[in-house]
Amino acid sequence: MDGPAVLELRNLEAAYGAIRALHGLSLTLGPGEVVALLGPNGAGKTTTLRVISGLLRPVRGQVLYRGDEITGRPPATIARLGIIQCPEGRQIFKNLTVRENLILGGYRLRDPARERRNLERALDLFPMLKERLHHPAGLLSGGQQQMLAIARALMADPEVLLLDEPSLGLAPRVVEEVFEALAQLKAQGLTMLIVEQNAEKALEIADRAYVLEAGRLVLADAAHRLREKPDLIRIYLGR
Amino acid sequence: MQALSSPEFWIQQLINALGLGSQYALMAVGLAMVFGVMRLINFAHGTVMMASAYIGLLLLQQGMPFPLVALGAIAGAAALGVLMERIAYRPVRGAPDVVLLLNSFAVAVLLENVAILLFSPRSRPFPMPEVLTRVFHPGGNLFLPSIHLWAFGGALLALGGLGLFVTRTRLGLAMRAAAENPTAAQLLGIEIGKVTVLAFAIGSAMAGLAVLFWTAHVGTINPGMGFEPVLKAFVACVIGGFGTIPGAVLGGYLLGALEIALQGLLPAGVVGYRDALVYGILILILLVRPGGVLGYLEAERV
Repeated sequence: MDGPAVLELRNLEAAYGAIRALHGLSLTLGPGEVVALLGPNGAGKTTTLRVISGLLRPVRGQVLYRGDEITGRPPATIARLGIIQCPEGRQIFKNLTVRENLILGGYRLRDPARERRNLERALDLFPMLKERLHHPAGLLSGGQQQMLAIARALMADPEVLLLDEPSLGLAPRVVEEVFEALAQLKAQGLTMLIVEQNAEKALEIADRAYVLEAGRLVLADAAHRLREKPDLIRIYLGR
Repeated sequence: MQALSSPEFWIQQLINALGLGSQYALMAVGLAMVFGVMRLINFAHGTVMMASAYIGLLLLQQGMPFPLVALGAIAGAAALGVLMERIAYRPVRGAPDVVLLLNSFAVAVLLENVAILLFSPRSRPFPMPEVLTRVFHPGGNLFLPSIHLWAFGGALLALGGLGLFVTRTRLGLAMRAAAENPTAAQLLGIEIGKVTVLAFAIGSAMAGLAVLFWTAHVGTINPGMGFEPVLKAFVACVIGGFGTIPGAVLGGYLLGALEIALQGLLPAGVVGYRDALVYGILILILLVRPGGVLGYLEAERV
């Protein structure tokens, strides 16, 4: 890692009511780094992103953004800092047009010039959105909706992009397309934290990876080393 | 009864339906906006209309010119809506929806009783300027009450402006986004609290505008006057598809047309049951299209 952490989690503990979801998770994300957060269902991956984004207040522990503590701040405040989450299940605004979805992605910027530039960039990355700008987003296919969700997040010029299961429920061909786009973003220097069940795809693009199991960190290593140990991954991911 | 075959009869029905429908649309849109951002059927919406009418009457008694009275009543409604959100709803955000609903009843009862204390329960005349009460006779047996023109023009301007606001501005888009998916909206930096206040302000202002026309129609105001409008607004929302602005507008005009049609077509002995029939038809609509007219289309699309 070069330079100080963009995002740092220290001993995070989180719970839904009486059910513990995280038992002391620590991780760091350096500038320009792509980190994968892997693990089976219920390992606490989504919970981790929810805590970072302020949707869930941790029981204990800290979230630091460029050294400043942001634990427990409201989600809108955290988004305005540039920590943008592309949530699980896409969560696009189905009643709004594709264009309206994208414009809202740039909500935090309040800058029409940047908005135009970002819109162009997002449409370059996902050209199929261009022909559908004025369609209701709910009419898009699942894969198109995922691309819209990523494009919408990019409209915010994220400092850190948090991606929750970008490949979930997509056809293999579309998964390829999505990960190609993510690779392009990585090449442009975007800092990303990717939660995935598809460990193989995630490790192709990630610099480092953390493996979670039942809310605990069980493995952390460089992605290329983990790629060489598919058995290990299989054990933890249960496949 | 007039001959059903005369075009005059139908033109008259259309005029009446557009006039009444405009009022219902303005009332319903505020209910829909608040429901959108809060999942609350705000039964105090009608009480805001009542209070707005009394604010108007007080201003009128101060000798203010009518345009200022109207503006004051609308601004008063907006302020009251914002205050209501602040005091009665925001503190219980996150509580089960039924808590919000109960609070809205509490606000309604409270405000109505405050009005009874301040102004007595009796109806009071609300003198309207002649421009609002005049009736034109454009020819034949046609009646064109100017209040219908005002209501239609006012609704066109206000609802058109609202339409532009929610499709062309950053804040308006944010409001629709927050109504559809508050979590996703927050993740983009949209503050739910801010758009909620805005929805209350705009929705209540629309109600303030509507009650001016309503009052010009009825001629008097009283502390219990908010009940019927809020019920009508609710029915309009249900017909059109709950929680969406286009649904509320469409529902408002459909309800207006339905009432006028029943009024005009029912034999004299049955006209008194008009409202019962309206609610009967409402039940039928819901049996066929549980999501309302627009809600049904929505469900099919997804």
